Amino acid sequence: MKYCVPAKIMKIRPYLYTMIFLLLAVMLSIAIGSVIIPPVDLGRILFGWLKGVTFSDPLKTFAFILTDIRLPRTALVLLTGAALGGSGAAYQGLFRNPLADPYLIGVASGAGLGAVLAISVKWPYSFWGLLAVPVAAFIGALLTVFLVYVLARVGKTIPTTNLILAGVAFGSFATALTTYLMLLSTGELHRAIAWLSGGASQAGWEPVLAMLPFLVTGLGTLLLSGHALNLLQFGDDQAQQMGLSVTRTRTLILLAASLATAAAVSFSGIIGFIGLIVPHVIRLWFGADYRRLLPLSLIGGAGALLLADVIARSVMRPQELPVGIVTALVGAPFFLWVLRRAKNQGYW
Amino acid sequence: MLRIENLSVYYGKRLVLHDVSLEINSGEVVALIGPNGAGKSTLVRAVSGVIPAYRGIIQNDDLSRHTDLLSLSPMQRARSLAVVPQVASLPPAFTVWETVLMGRTPHLNFLGQVSARDEAIARLALQKVDALELSGRRVGELSGGEQQRVLLARALAQSTPILLLDEPTSNLDLHYQVSFMETVSALARQEHLAVLVALHDLNLAARYASRVALLVEGKIKATGTPRQVLTPELISLAYHLPVQVIPHPFVDAPLVLPGSR
Repeated sequence: MKYCVPAKIMKIRPYLYTMIFLLLAVMLSIAIGSVIIPPVDLGRILFGWLKGVTFSDPLKTFAFILTDIRLPRTALVLLTGAALGGSGAAYQGLFRNPLADPYLIGVASGAGLGAVLAISVKWPYSFWGLLAVPVAAFIGALLTVFLVYVLARVGKTIPTTNLILAGVAFGSFATALTTYLMLLSTGELHRAIAWLSGGASQAGWEPVLAMLPFLVTGLGTLLLSGHALNLLQFGDDQAQQMGLSVTRTRTLILLAASLATAAAVSFSGIIGFIGLIVPHVIRLWFGADYRRLLPLSLIGGAGALLLADVIARSVMRPQELPVGIVTALVGAPFFLWVLRRAKNQGYW
Repeated sequence: MLRIENLSVYYGKRLVLHDVSLEINSGEVVALIGPNGAGKSTLVRAVSGVIPAYRGIIQNDDLSRHTDLLSLSPMQRARSLAVVPQVASLPPAFTVWETVLMGRTPHLNFLGQVSARDEAIARLALQKVDALELSGRRVGELSGGEQQRVLLARALAQSTPILLLDEPTSNLDLHYQVSFMETVSALARQEHLAVLVALHDLNLAARYASRVALLVEGKIKATGTPRQVLTPELISLAYHLPVQVIPHPFVDAPLVLPGSR
């Protein structure tokens, strides 16, 4: 029967594909870096851990690299990618615009500015101090969203060009301020801010832990908002006529997406285009239903950013590229393609 | 039945609806006619709660209960009243089936989880508008007439006693206009729905509505049967155009013929 909901296997398949993609990306991210850990040794170490064996060189070195460098970094990049993919999908749904992306609409830069301001005031030596950074970034992100929304709005709609223009303009402004603050700073602070704007990842487990509460809250809320986002695609009037409390729901989703973005920016710097590419590809392959699009964008975003990070670590070994450069190299052409497509097809 | 009493609505400082009163009984189709800018769409939006009423009563009355629609939450209101909008801007990527199921929203939780019963109701709604075979298609691929039927099915899936339609035929060709209005009037009778439909086309109003309300500059100028309202005097005054009204050659309804200025 045509009208039947697709069979269960069809519902699971997209998750299967994206999870396999993510797993592959995780494995690559663990294995590849300034030192390449061969898969065989990786297996031995995992096996050894399970049995509680102590290692001798070179396994000992590999095990150290794994626990102290690769795993925390992989976790951080994974969470960042999930945050960017998820918030990108949410912003696209909220603005009803395929080009909304935390970076392109300026939210990431605004969050970055907030984070840098917080760090400038006092460099976070403690774990609790580390938690203050995403809070400041969150405030920066919200102010940006509000500003860009007001600037870009024409009556009840937000034309694509306005949204991107306002976002890019404000983003440049925030980035300029961030750079200025960086140049004013010295020593430890200088490196910290350089990391923020450059988009290279920080080491250790602490950033991962500090990120978690914000991500769980933000992404958790987004994962529950699929149906509401579906309704919002019909416009505010129709959404309300179908029973949605539009203003309340919009605010909730906006807060959640901005929280996720702020958490990502606070610990991984400003990384563009993941939030644009991933939801877009997922939509092309697996359909527009936000109840599926959101979780798939989380998984896909995590996998995509891990791959970009692996590339950033590999191409100029032992030096690293900021991962934001890799995503921009792939993302900017993609952005132009989407822009043309959206124009030609009246896609949204 | 839907009862609107002394409804006034402001856009900013401009009074766009002025003491509008109108009753629509269950089982009947009332057509809302009037020139552009008279406030037809505003009335639909105000009654459905998307713009605030300055003053007035909007009630869903049945035998035993009077429900004040203005005091309800969007969710509760959407269980009493469904709206069929113009097809102008539909998200193209959803399938027909997904779109119609969304009509079940007021009966679902925030996550939008549907039960077998919700699916059965959506299927039935598609059947009623003769669009079941479209369910797997994407809304963007459909013709204007097909999209309008899908929106009607979505409103029916809401399972409400009241149905508002905002100029549903304005983008349809002659065939779809007639068949769409035939579907609507049959549904009103069979399902015992109170239907208010804003229409541009006076002759569609004459043919398919049991009563007609003429809205001019935010005020109801006349309410009554098509014969009572569609008179040369009332219509020429409202539209600033001389008109002649003759009996329709095929059906028992008046036919409005515009003259020239």
